[in-house]
Amino acid sequence: MNEKLEAVALAIEERFGATRVVFREQLTLHLKAEQIVEVARSLRDEFGFNMLSDETAVDYWPKEEPRFHMIYQLRAINANLILSLRVPLFGNSPHLDTIEKIYPNANWFERELWDMFGIYFDGHSDMRRILMPYDWEGHPLRKDYPLGYEEVQYTFNIGEIQDRKPRPKE
Amino acid sequence: MSEIREVNVSELSHLVSERAATGETMLLNMGPQHPSTHGVLRLLLELDGEIVINCIPDIGFLHTGIEKNMEAKNYQKAEVMTDRTDYLNPLGNNLVYCLAVEKLCELDVPPRAQVIRVILAELTRINSHLVWLGTSGLDLAAMSLFLYTMAEREKILNIFEEISGARMMTTYIRPGGLWRDVPVEFEAEVRAFVKGLPAKIDMYEDLLTKNELFIDRTQGIGVITGEECIQWGISGPVLRAAGVAWDIRKVNPYSGYEQYDFDIPTSTTGDVYGRYQVRVAEMRESVRIVQQALDRLPYGPIRSNNRKIVPPPRSELGTSMEALIHHFKLWTEGFNVPEGGVYVPVESPRGELAFYIESDGGPNPLRVRMKTPTFLNLQIMPLMARGHFVADVVGIIGSIDIVLGDCDR
Repeated sequence: MNEKLEAVALAIEERFGATRVVFREQLTLHLKAEQIVEVARSLRDEFGFNMLSDETAVDYWPKEEPRFHMIYQLRAINANLILSLRVPLFGNSPHLDTIEKIYPNANWFERELWDMFGIYFDGHSDMRRILMPYDWEGHPLRKDYPLGYEEVQYTFNIGEIQDRKPRPKE
Repeated sequence: MSEIREVNVSELSHLVSERAATGETMLLNMGPQHPSTHGVLRLLLELDGEIVINCIPDIGFLHTGIEKNMEAKNYQKAEVMTDRTDYLNPLGNNLVYCLAVEKLCELDVPPRAQVIRVILAELTRINSHLVWLGTSGLDLAAMSLFLYTMAEREKILNIFEEISGARMMTTYIRPGGLWRDVPVEFEAEVRAFVKGLPAKIDMYEDLLTKNELFIDRTQGIGVITGEECIQWGISGPVLRAAGVAWDIRKVNPYSGYEQYDFDIPTSTTGDVYGRYQVRVAEMRESVRIVQQALDRLPYGPIRSNNRKIVPPPRSELGTSMEALIHHFKLWTEGFNVPEGGVYVPVESPRGELAFYIESDGGPNPLRVRMKTPTFLNLQIMPLMARGHFVADVVGIIGSIDIVLGDCDR
């Protein structure tokens, strides 16, 4: 692995107690949800990670402890490094602090995450839905949200199918 | 469905200026059904006379739930969805998806497949830039250009049809290599095409580069600096037109791009004209790459020999029981992918296109995330449009080369 990235990872591990995972030569630092703003700020200001390439989430339903993982991909354009951060989120209606003030393009990423996963961002300037219509109910990319396939219903199994249908829960 | 709700200006008060509430400035809808919004983009413009004070992009009209659909399919079937996102860059989308799956499975790709992938990725880039040149010229009233670029693009689509059977929805690049080998005429046809293209690009430049009307509509319009671009996560020609020579093919090469000799065209103006210059120069660079790739095109297998992931060739099914079993298993159940997640970026015609694929060890992906360049590039519309005329907004939308299928997924 890259020496510069190694140095960054060591510094973040020491200061914030992060744990590292290396998978297919990609370095991921696991953090706590409260630390994300502080870590992002120090990565941008001290280590030159000046671009937020991606911000997304994964739903591990039916597991709830933690149910979601947030994944950030940060880039240092000048040193050509890429670092990913992972933050676990607990429960069915999680929330964490926005990093919009550090990386302004997190605005739309976080709106998409609210829309698709129902992860609320505290302190976000414009927390509206972005892709789905504004009166939509539920968060489509959650694993307990139905995909929309319809089974063929007959009189003998209609009740059974209705019971089995997954429904979004708030 | 609930009844239609009337949206009040007060709900947008955090987005528009205070003068909008008193009626001093006008709020105007542009799109989603507007020919110059390149699909279904809606812009809410706040206008003072004819000057744009603020611009609020509203996306999602082409959201088709592709990420959700891919989670419900196994890895081979999910690839079919990737063509449908960015319809001007189908082979590029196939490529990045396959690179991500290959990285997860640690799959090898034979050299012939690598070189063909590079040729096709560059042809797709030329295809996308030709459509961009035609349509954004059309927006700025350069009518005839559209006909010329579409005629050239037709030749690329014919090549795609020849190799994959489909003109746009190709699904030709597969995990571990290619679907099948290219036909014998492929090499000669691509050679003829790239030989003729530079002269055509010269002709397009004759029509635009020194055209005073075009320069008036583009120079100094929609200016953005390199620092702002990096801050807002912009990539691709928009970033390079602002003077940052950053191209994933150079900084983080994939599919053997490090072996090719090409330059990263940049411009320092950061305006609509700069983006035009960068894209035209990029087409010329793509021609160079395709020519080099054709010169070195080796013979050999076109897909990996790992039968647990890559289906056996059709010819073996009649003679080998093992091949038949593998074929059956792969096309019913699919293959299992080791647990973990990878983030794989490539340089698409519009910028950094990346897949984050996370596997739980089964045959279906747990999460497929497409990080698409248009989504981020559209976010800076307000920064670019502020202070310009409504007519210039049309030019700015054209210059960031939006594909709404890429943005909304």
